[in-house]
Formats: sequence, C-alpha cells, structure tokens
Amino acid sequence: MSSVAAVPHAVVEEDVPHHKAKPPRVVRRRPGARRTARREAVFGYAMIFLAMLFVTVFTFLPILASLGLSFFDWDVISPPKFVGIANYQRFLADGPVLQSFGTTICMAIAIVVLQLSLGLFLAVLVNQRTSTFGRTFFRTTFYLPLLASTAAVSIFMGYLFDAKFGAINYYLGLLGLPGVPWLTSPFGAQVTIVLIVVWQQVGFTFVLFVSALMSVPIDVLEASSIDGAGPLRTLFRIKVPLISPTILFAAVIALINAMQLFDQPYIMTKGGPGTATTTATISMYQTGFQNLQFGYSSAIAIVLLLLILAITGMQFLASRKLVFYQ
Amino acid sequence: MSATTTIVTGSPQAAHPVAGKRRKAFQVGKFVGLVVLIIAAVFALGPLLWTLTTSLATPAQAFTNPPQWLPLHPDFTNYAAVFQQIPIGQFFVNSVIVTVLIVLGQTVTCTLSGYAFAMISFPGKNWIFGAFLATMMVPLQTIIIPVFVIIKTLGLTDSLAALIVPALGSAFGTFLMRQYFMQMPRELGEAARIDGASQWGVFFHVYARMAAPAISTLAILNFSGFWAEFYRPLIFLQSQSNFTLPLGLVGLQGNLGTGSISVVLAGVVIAMIPSVLLFIFAQRYFIAGVTAGSSR
Repeated sequence: MSSVAAVPHAVVEEDVPHHKAKPPRVVRRRPGARRTARREAVFGYAMIFLAMLFVTVFTFLPILASLGLSFFDWDVISPPKFVGIANYQRFLADGPVLQSFGTTICMAIAIVVLQLSLGLFLAVLVNQRTSTFGRTFFRTTFYLPLLASTAAVSIFMGYLFDAKFGAINYYLGLLGLPGVPWLTSPFGAQVTIVLIVVWQQVGFTFVLFVSALMSVPIDVLEASSIDGAGPLRTLFRIKVPLISPTILFAAVIALINAMQLFDQPYIMTKGGPGTATTTATISMYQTGFQNLQFGYSSAIAIVLLLLILAITGMQFLASRKLVFYQ
Repeated sequence: MSATTTIVTGSPQAAHPVAGKRRKAFQVGKFVGLVVLIIAAVFALGPLLWTLTTSLATPAQAFTNPPQWLPLHPDFTNYAAVFQQIPIGQFFVNSVIVTVLIVLGQTVTCTLSGYAFAMISFPGKNWIFGAFLATMMVPLQTIIIPVFVIIKTLGLTDSLAALIVPALGSAFGTFLMRQYFMQMPRELGEAARIDGASQWGVFFHVYARMAAPAISTLAILNFSGFWAEFYRPLIFLQSQSNFTLPLGLVGLQGNLGTGSISVVLAGVVIAMIPSVLLFIFAQRYFIAGVTAGSSR
C-alpha cells in the first residue's frame, strides 16, 4: 500500500515544471505546443504507471512465462529442463486430461444454455410487470444467490442434495419418486453441479437482460403492436433481435466463466465420483500443485486459454449473422 | 395498446371483440407469468432460507426431515460454537484486510490509469490499452503458476500479501474507469486549464469527483469478487491463521463431518452478512456492476 499512497506526490512532481513554463506557451506557439504535448505525455505515463506495473508483473509476464514454461519439465526443486513440444504431445495422448476437457465443454454448454434461456425467460416475465415494486422485488430475489461465495453455495447445496438426508430427495420421496444419487453417481454429479452453477449465476444474466429489455424503444413496440403482432411475435421478432448484443455478451461471459469451473466440483465432489466432475482446471490443479509437474500443467493451461479464445471467436463469428446492432 | 389497435384498424364493430379477447389473453398471460415468477423466486430463496433456518436450529433439530424453512425458534448456540471450533473471527479479519486493501488499491490504480487512457494523449496509448484489453480474456488459472513463482520469489508465500499484491492492478478496472471518463465532457478540463489548474488538478478536482459512481461500481465489483474468492487462497495459503472465510469454511466442513451441519451453516451465514449489508445499502452499484462490461 505504501507504493499506492506515494502516487499523488510522484504525479505532482511531474507536473511542477508546467507552472514555470506557462508564459512561453502564449508567446511562441509551436515550440510551446510541442512542450505541452511532451508534458502531457509524461503526465499520461505517470498516471498509468501503477496499473501498468501490476498488470505487467502479475498478468503480462505470467502469460509469457506460462507459454515458456509449457516447453519445459519443471518440478520446482530441480532446474527446468527444455523438452520442446513434449508436454503438448503428452496432452494429446493423456486420456484422463482430455476427458476432463470434454467434461468441461459439456458442462459449460449446459450451463450457458440453461443460464441464458432461464435468465431471458424470467427477464421477459418481469419486464411485463408495470409496478416498480414488483421489478425491484424480483431483481433483488434473483440477485441474492450471487451474494454468497461459491464456497458457501457448494457447502449448503451439498447438504440439500445429499442423497440420504437431503431436503431434495425428501421431497421427491413425498411425491413417491425414488431418491436420486445427486452427487454420488457420475452423471448425477455433473447434472447437480450444472444446476447449482445455474441457480447461482442466473441472476447475473437476468439483471443484464432486464436492463436491456427496458432500453427497447417504446415506439418500436407500439409500431409492432399496431401492425398486429402478438406478445410472442413481438418477443422473438422485435425484442430478442434488439437485445441480441446483450445476449451475445452474456453468452461470452457465461461461457468464459463456465470453462474455468473449479470451486463447486473441487469442494463438492473433489472431481468425482471417479473423474466424472474433474474439470480442465481441476486437472491443471492436480498436475501442477499436487503432482508438481509445472511444465505439463502450464501446457494444459495454454490449451485451455486457446480453447477459450477459439470458442469466443466462434461465438462472435456465428453471431455476426444473428446479432443486430442498431 | 390493444385500444390503439382498435382505433387504427378501423371497423369498430369487428375490432372490439378481438381487442377484448386479446386483452383478456394478455391479462391471463400476465397472471400465469406472475405465478411462474413466484415459483422461480421460491427456488432462488429456498436454499438461502434453509441455510439461515438451519444455522438457527439446535444441533438436534438440524438436518431433520421434513426440512424447516423458517426460523420459528431461533437458537444461537451454533454461532457460539463456530467461534469455538475454528478461528472464524481470524478468518473474518483476514477477509476484511484482503478485500479492503484490494478495493482501495484498485480504486487508486484503475482511476489513475482509466483517466489517462480516456483523457490524456501519449505515444503508444492505443497499443498499451489494447494489450490491457487482451489480458481480460486470460483465465486466472492460466497464469497462476508464474504468479505463484513470483510470490515465492518475493517471499510472500502463505501471507495475506500473496493475495493482495497481485490484485492491486486490473485491466478490467482500468477499462471500466476509462469507459466512464470517456463520456465526460472535455470542455470542463480545458476550462480549468485555462483558469490555471494543473493536469493533476484537473484530474483530481474536476474529473475524479465526477467519477464517484464508476468508482463505487468498481469497488462493489471488487468487493464481491475478492470477498468470495476461493481459488487463489487455496493455492497461496497454507497456515490456518491466514485463511480467508471461504477457505476456512470449506476446511471446517471437511473437519466436522455431517454431525455439525448447523455449525458450518452458521459460519456460512456469518460470511454472507457483509455482502448482504452492502447489497442493502448499495444495490444500484451491484446492478451497475453487472451491466458495466456490456457497454463495450
């Protein structure tokens, strides 16, 4: 924090010469203007210095270092050994790790589809309501799960979804249905974690969509109504196209987050049962911080990054035809 | 709206019944919509309410079926127990230190840099800003090993500083502040300059003050993000005395088994109190935080 507190002084110092040099700017235009521009540049660099320092040291350099490290064998103790693309070759032949990527992609797609459709559905319903109280009440309600940490959610959902004692199987029992092995069967655990993530995150998409729907111009809606469009037609032909940039944004954010899914499976199932909920990031954690194969873990990390970039790029390309910018 | 339809389409005799039918359908649809919304609200609130109720039950009542959904006979023994069984007070203080310092640090670094990228011209500005933007896509997990090594080199392993220092700058925060400063009129600064204000004076006395809503949004976003953080504490912290709340609670759950669920849930509720309080007083900044990124 001491470095942070020092900012104003540093900046003030940069700026001191300016006061002395003020009169010449008025008298002789061109050199003065050049000097002003240079002083402005110095001020600009001083202003971005701190952010630049932290982002460089803790983001830029680590990206390069991860990329570099992925071509080495390194267990922290002995010096790194250059192995070329061996880590990537190993990745392509590593069944369990490849499987963890498959699991991640499937769960991420399920999360994004559910989160977006449910969020949009609820937003449209709330958008129909005219009272401010109703809107505020539902907005607050659907946002509340986001106030809990993923760790807290994993803990209490773990109890609720408990196969023997959990409330959910209790109610299924009341309905005469057999108990579901929510977290104790491979497919059940995947479904449960998807549901839990959607339960917590749907409020995010919901809030985004509500504010986007509010900004749909009223005259457009009136015009469509005059032309005889019913509510469903208005929704799919007018509202959805008009808020499609927001839908794309929500899809990109949700997918980037879902591809990094870690906390819930790590806390609730430790990636199990078996390896059913071992996501790509859990694989990375295990190879890196448990097996101390930092080079290989970095290679997995780089693959994950490329995958996220590729999927996001594809989303933008696919949406070029679908998204309507005003 | 159906009334408008009637007027425009003309032929009053034919249009009226249709409009009436449509209005009726709309009313029914609205009612069904309300019912669906209420069901969704029950699902959203249910788990949270159950958590609160169970944390206020005696250990004997906890985890009994049928589940209790309302704390009719609140009992605070679990809250006393959670303080005895784990150093939750310590976890709480650790979480506060980490979150508050990151919020303050990013407020300073991101406001300064966001202003510069929006208002000041300097060579290479667009390139540097582009590089900032590019890092926003990079997952934390991708860079965690080098960050871990840097933390180790700096001698910060297993300390709160390991969580704080790497988070003091932020590409996203810079982006957020820049977007806000971009909307501000440049004339204000130019006028202040003519009146003799320095570059710093223009920033500090004119624009920084106007940026209060954006600063609040960034602070709230950072608070919610870092208060709930699990991944970095899991990797950077080893001794229990340094744990933050999420990591400490997961440890508590692991140590106690199913016997003391109500105690664990008391811990969960304690961890949620600051977020809920902040949400009550600053809800609009939470909402602004959600929509902040979408205005690219």
